[in-house]
Amino acid sequence: MPTRTTEPAPAAPAPVALRAGGTDARARRTERAKNWARRAPLLPALVFLVVVTQLPFLATVVLSFTRWNALAPDNRGFAALDNYRSVFTDPAMRASVGTTVLLTVTVVLVSLLLGLGLALLLDRGFRGRGIVRTLLITPFLVVPVASALLWKHALYNASYGLLNGSLTWIWRLFGSEHPPQPDWMTDSPLAAVEASLIWQWTPFMMLILLAGLQSRASDAVEAARMDGASAWDIFRYLTLPHLRRYLELAALLGTVYVVQNFDAVFTITSGGLGTANLPYTIYQTVYQSHDYGRASAQGVVVVLCSLLVATFALRTVSSLLREEVTS
Amino acid sequence: MTTLSTVRGRAGSPAARRRRRTGGLLGLAAWLCGIAFFLPVAWMVLTSFHSETDAATNPPSVGAGISLHGYREFFGATGSGVSPWPPLVNSLTASVVSTLLVLLLAVPAAYALAIKPVRKWSDVLFFFLSTKMLPLVAGLLPVYLVAQNTGMLDSIWLLVILYTSMNLPIAVWMMRSFLAEVPVEMLEAASIDGAGLATTLTRIVAPVAMPGIAATALISFIFSWNELLFARVLTGVVAGTAPVFLTGLVTSQGLFLAKVCAAATVISLPVLIAGFAAQDKLVQGLSLGAVK
Repeated sequence: MPTRTTEPAPAAPAPVALRAGGTDARARRTERAKNWARRAPLLPALVFLVVVTQLPFLATVVLSFTRWNALAPDNRGFAALDNYRSVFTDPAMRASVGTTVLLTVTVVLVSLLLGLGLALLLDRGFRGRGIVRTLLITPFLVVPVASALLWKHALYNASYGLLNGSLTWIWRLFGSEHPPQPDWMTDSPLAAVEASLIWQWTPFMMLILLAGLQSRASDAVEAARMDGASAWDIFRYLTLPHLRRYLELAALLGTVYVVQNFDAVFTITSGGLGTANLPYTIYQTVYQSHDYGRASAQGVVVVLCSLLVATFALRTVSSLLREEVTS
Repeated sequence: MTTLSTVRGRAGSPAARRRRRTGGLLGLAAWLCGIAFFLPVAWMVLTSFHSETDAATNPPSVGAGISLHGYREFFGATGSGVSPWPPLVNSLTASVVSTLLVLLLAVPAAYALAIKPVRKWSDVLFFFLSTKMLPLVAGLLPVYLVAQNTGMLDSIWLLVILYTSMNLPIAVWMMRSFLAEVPVEMLEAASIDGAGLATTLTRIVAPVAMPGIAATALISFIFSWNELLFARVLTGVVAGTAPVFLTGLVTSQGLFLAKVCAAATVISLPVLIAGFAAQDKLVQGLSLGAVK
């Protein structure tokens, strides 16, 4: 770990120089120039991000107090809190908040656990480990819309999807012509979306955790094994504490991306049957209701919720950063 | 890893033999999991080489003859469909140009944060990551309205700008941790030897940073290539990207399973190839340099 990050940047001029009059004005000027030179490479990225991400958000806040429906262009004006009132009283909106939470928590937790199991399996040496790793990361590399289409049409489809096709095939092996043929997407729509997302995100979790496992010093494990520690003890007291940072990081990044998921919801169920999450609901308010005011209010509510989660999550990452600083 | 297995191999005690046997079983389990996760993709590719009738059968026809019908349909050779080339070119343009922009902006920023930490550098890093926490969808409407009023709707350059902002925060994070690996002693030695900024950058920083730059570029490319929501809302006839084209395949003309699978395969191919080729860099990049 780099130790230089612990040094405070020599930004403030030394107090002695401050008191000494005369030449120190120049010294301070060069000091300031140096500071600017140090900051300059940072500025393009910062300015770009502020302009492209923060300004539209400010505009969203302004729009959220506006009465504006594209279908009724003459009826525009200041709406005060009307849009927010309709957001909080709208049962569909409340449902989509619940769906977003449920979807995100389920997908992140399950794929984190599966990813942990797979990472532990792959951390051992066995024949063809490289091939298995390649097989395992493939779902993450398939374009998300393509994988959503694949699950919807090639796997879930009730009459010719692979899932029901396999059921037919297995039942025929046993001489039965009446296999169960569930309609996966209508019987359990949310689970159908979740399964496809878990399939897609497990490799991501596995990759991060595998990197964590392989950065672990093996001599401690070997020593513990010599001392007669069981595999479970080694996992519980050595591996898990070491993996904590990686688990946190994987959960955080997974959450950031799964909360914003649009592709799977849009493709597999079109938000029907209680699977509409927040991004899909906002998309719908813009595209189908053309209610710009309400869509903006929804956007602001989403951001406020995300900020709550983000503050919590950032504190986790900041513990990552602090460790780096102090180590 | 290797030392571990040689130690295990040498020991002949019953306990060691038992461990070796469970090790073999666990290896088998790993293989089965790998195959299970790969199966849907294998099915997609297999279906893409079937004729439409063979593709839509129950039970599945694994051994059906190879047909290029799906691919011919997708590339518009049969004259029935729309050409996929403009969307593919659009996707390539948006992903490559935005990735170049990301690198152009992220590398200097990360350099400022890693090599010569500015004051409050961790606050700046937090700001970068926090922009990633804002759901993109919350800024969608103003962007849409501005684009509509300035005539930028249905322009690939609008997507280039948005994709750059989407990937920039992660890129700064990744690049910072890669650049933090440049030993500070080397930088000091270089400056004592009188090396200027340009020499320091090309001779010392670049060799260490190259794998990091490659990983950052790869991830930025993947996320841009995959993006659907912005592309769907902000583009139309001219600037539609490959993912938008893919959604259009199903809704506009009913379902042709082999054709859809062929399209999904073709569109996923660039990311698959890039990802397979750079697995290790992908791992490093995705763990945001938490890996040392």
